[in-house]
Amino acid sequence: MSIDESEVRRIAELARLGIDEADLGRYADELSRILDFVRQLDAADTDGVAPMAHPLDVHQRLRPDQVTESDRRDEFLSQAPEAGAGLYLVPRVIE
Amino acid sequence: MSELTGMSLTAMARGLAGREFSAVELASAHLERIEAHNGALNAFLAVTGERALEAAKRAEGSREGAAPLSGLPLAHKDIFCTAGVATTCGSRMLEPFVPPYDATVVSRLERAGMISLGKTNMDEFAMGSSNENSHFGPVRNPWDTSRVPGGSSGGSAAAVAAGLVPAATGTDTGGSVRQPAALTGITGIKATYGRVSRLGMIAFASSLDQAGVLARSCEDAAWVLEAMAGFDPADSTSVDRPVDDYPALLDRELKGLRIGVPREYFGEGLDPGVDERVRAALSELEANGAEIREISLKSAELAVPAYYIIAPAECSSNLARYDGVRYGHRCKDPADLMDLYVRSRGEGFGPEVKRRIMIGTYALSAGYYDAYYRKAQQVRRLIADDFRSAFGDVDVIAGPTSPTTAFRIGERSEDPLAMYLSDINTIAVNLAGLPGISVPCGFVDDLPVGLQLVAPWFEEARLLTVGHQYQQMTDWHTRSPKGFD
Repeated sequence: MSIDESEVRRIAELARLGIDEADLGRYADELSRILDFVRQLDAADTDGVAPMAHPLDVHQRLRPDQVTESDRRDEFLSQAPEAGAGLYLVPRVIE
Repeated sequence: MSELTGMSLTAMARGLAGREFSAVELASAHLERIEAHNGALNAFLAVTGERALEAAKRAEGSREGAAPLSGLPLAHKDIFCTAGVATTCGSRMLEPFVPPYDATVVSRLERAGMISLGKTNMDEFAMGSSNENSHFGPVRNPWDTSRVPGGSSGGSAAAVAAGLVPAATGTDTGGSVRQPAALTGITGIKATYGRVSRLGMIAFASSLDQAGVLARSCEDAAWVLEAMAGFDPADSTSVDRPVDDYPALLDRELKGLRIGVPREYFGEGLDPGVDERVRAALSELEANGAEIREISLKSAELAVPAYYIIAPAECSSNLARYDGVRYGHRCKDPADLMDLYVRSRGEGFGPEVKRRIMIGTYALSAGYYDAYYRKAQQVRRLIADDFRSAFGDVDVIAGPTSPTTAFRIGERSEDPLAMYLSDINTIAVNLAGLPGISVPCGFVDDLPVGLQLVAPWFEEARLLTVGHQYQQMTDWHTRSPKGFD
């Protein structure tokens, strides 16, 4: 399973991850080796084995739909790189 | 070590109860020791001395009828959110982050009276086995400062091994408590998945992450784990089930205990010295009444490959939250929203985190899901089934925690796969969600070796008991590294 530089570029774009052009080759090589390594799984006989999503095989617990938290908007906004008027600020999206 | 820093937690508690020394003196002695040694180790990212001394003063004021852990110092891995105290997770991404709330682990230990002295260094987002992936520089192993302490809870491990704190919290997604405990000669326990709340414990791989304790002995670990564990309605994966009284259960005999030794844990890549020390430990347990049985965990070799699909897949999804908008690092002068995401994440994450996000993104992308993620989850069940069937015949499973002793800084950092194989004996335990412990069982060329014990789901008490009994017959856990004794 070989991954080339253009594939790294595509994956990085899907993940919204800035990768320096100069590093694409190194990541292509490393990701290819990791994916080759995990292909050992192909040899396992998993016919009829149910995928295990949770280590205890339990289902999501539900709770009553009640308001349990107070309004801490200002505290949370204080962690934002840019905020104003009670909102998170980002670059203009619609021209 | 000074009189006050070399003691066990129980000895410290007795000293406080008998008014031989005060909580302030205890905290001060450890803060001084951190000041003296942290430069050589880089184990702490933040030392919260003032807060600690204030808390120690308050603990002194309420000495009568105090909880057993009241006034005793510890440190938290910097993955646990601490209200008002920066929590970086070893990443540039979270360098500006000051959590607005405490992790449940932090608040529970605070309620038990423990006093946090600071936050410990770690591999970025807990991804690593050597602590070399920290944005804030590698942690050094007190047994040999040219070597790694293991990871990802390497700061906690080094701090405990060097006597900077008697205990520290850690997290274990594929071995991140047990492997550094082994490499630094201390005790490290990871609880059953769901036993300890994950609220406020920054997520890496949510179906694998679980908290644990690093301490100098099983007895100390038992006290701290008991205070940490328990149901938390705010964590939807927390299990509502009573917590055993771990300290009260330590003095049980080993007679009749069936220890399964998987032949797969003694395969290729195991250092002969580690092999010899682990077998010697098993003989000691046998001589004290345990019964040793060879067993097989046939899917063992598939654990690392399955993990390196499941953990990156969950990581790529969890780390999508770091968008440069709500908290954490934001790039300068973003041209548009896409540029803001791409550059903030590109600048904020280090190379190992990027590799894992990309592996996970690839494995979950259209057309590849069945071949990778679904297949890995099926193999995960085979691995869990191996354990389930083994526990039909044995009470605990034992083997080397790590196939080698601590390696040199830089030795494996250029080869991600070589690093991944450091966790070959610990990873399957997370995939199955089981509790595991590492206890020191000797030295090879003056470097510590760890014995790993694994028990059935929710049998943490059994691990602590067996480890404690082993520590009654041996003194490996009482050794201190030169220069830190």
